[in-house]
Amino acid sequence: MLAKRIIPCLDCDLGVPGGRVVKGKEFKQIKYAGIPWELAEKYYKDGADEIVFLDITASSDRRGTMTDVIRKTAESVFVPLTVGGGIKTIEDARAVFNSGADKVSINTAALKNPNLINEISEDYGRQACVVAIDAKRRYTGLEGKETVATPQGICWFECSSHGGRTFTGIDALKWAEEADARGAGDILLTSMDRDGTKEGFDIELTKAVAERVRIPVIASGGVGKPEHMLEVFKKTGAQAALAASIFHYNEYPISEVKEYLKNNGVHVRL
Amino acid sequence: MIAILDYGMGNLYSIRNAFEKTGAQVRMVQDAKGLHGADGVVVPGVGAFDAAMRKIAPLKDDIIDVVRSGTPYMGICLGMQVLFDRSEEGKEQGLGLIPGKAVKLPKSVLVPQIGWNELKIKKHISILDGISDGDFFYFVHSYYCIPKDKPVVAATVDYGADVTAVVAVDNICGLQFHPEKSGPKGLLILENFIGGVKC
Repeated sequence: MLAKRIIPCLDCDLGVPGGRVVKGKEFKQIKYAGIPWELAEKYYKDGADEIVFLDITASSDRRGTMTDVIRKTAESVFVPLTVGGGIKTIEDARAVFNSGADKVSINTAALKNPNLINEISEDYGRQACVVAIDAKRRYTGLEGKETVATPQGICWFECSSHGGRTFTGIDALKWAEEADARGAGDILLTSMDRDGTKEGFDIELTKAVAERVRIPVIASGGVGKPEHMLEVFKKTGAQAALAASIFHYNEYPISEVKEYLKNNGVHVRL
Repeated sequence: MIAILDYGMGNLYSIRNAFEKTGAQVRMVQDAKGLHGADGVVVPGVGAFDAAMRKIAPLKDDIIDVVRSGTPYMGICLGMQVLFDRSEEGKEQGLGLIPGKAVKLPKSVLVPQIGWNELKIKKHISILDGISDGDFFYFVHSYYCIPKDKPVVAATVDYGADVTAVVAVDNICGLQFHPEKSGPKGLLILENFIGGVKC
């Protein structure tokens, strides 16, 4: 049986030499969390099953991807490395793979040009193409949408692009199915409603997507404590859980989180 | 010196880094000349069986020579599958160093297998020194090897079938998973290999 994966996400600001990992809600109150490859190595040694770098400068400033950071990281991190942020074309993806990344994560570019999923998957294999979906609950305009009953009422989920700054009108549940059909290897599913709140994952969203696709769903957005990870594994079909801030500053070390999950019956790699 | 065969099948950056991390001297080689004289030969590979065989076929005699001379040889992922006679994935002949074939993973599971799976050790071999039953390794593949002689299987994983994960015949070993992406346990296998151990 495959292990459930615990994935730290490092939001990288490449606007300074060498780059830095930042922590902050919506680009305000940004706090410095560390040097990308140093933090990645620390998480690797502490038992991360995969590392995700998200280039948060790329989309707004149209910067190139983080070749140097990837190269340096790949020298000391021996688990799969995913890189996202600002990847718009197969050439952008190729540059990231050539630097030593194993997977790319695409969001805005895939929404604009869904065929990019097919291209990456055909050239590098399904496992190399992560489709990131940033979904927000909508309680109105339900007609023609895939709806889900939640304790807060019936809603649908809208995809956002450009790091949450633009809304597309695209139905996230339908989009997840399309991404699967086109050859995505994972769905990295972030709840816009929960992201940054530390109140736990959007269980209804995660469950609904995991039921509609055959590929693994990585739950993201809202983790504040290990209990939230346990909840998402117990109540949904998520295969992985991603978190950023709880791992920074040693709030909850990865090894402790995994130990806790294992003691509560979740199949994890220790 | 470990020779890693770069025959144009996938990015070898990680495998090189992983060997260097264990302290090995590594050389990337593209041709037969590079294979001879190496203390160990590693053949990685990601992609389709026929494409790999068409690229590796011109080196077949040299690979057989190197193996016969007793040099430790490691095939990883597709580099393991090409050690066999053939694959359901293609029409080309394999290297035929281990009797058997590669077959597609069963329909009952999601293909490719992508992720961390638990090793079930069938027999002890020295490249698995320090590896225990239940240790996790990182897999990405759609086909798996079925050797004719079952005793060459050193470890399997459960994925819709008893999927061969490690084979060992004399100085040849094959790994279906990616040791370079399997964390400290993966690096340990590479260390065991460069320790000059007989697989």
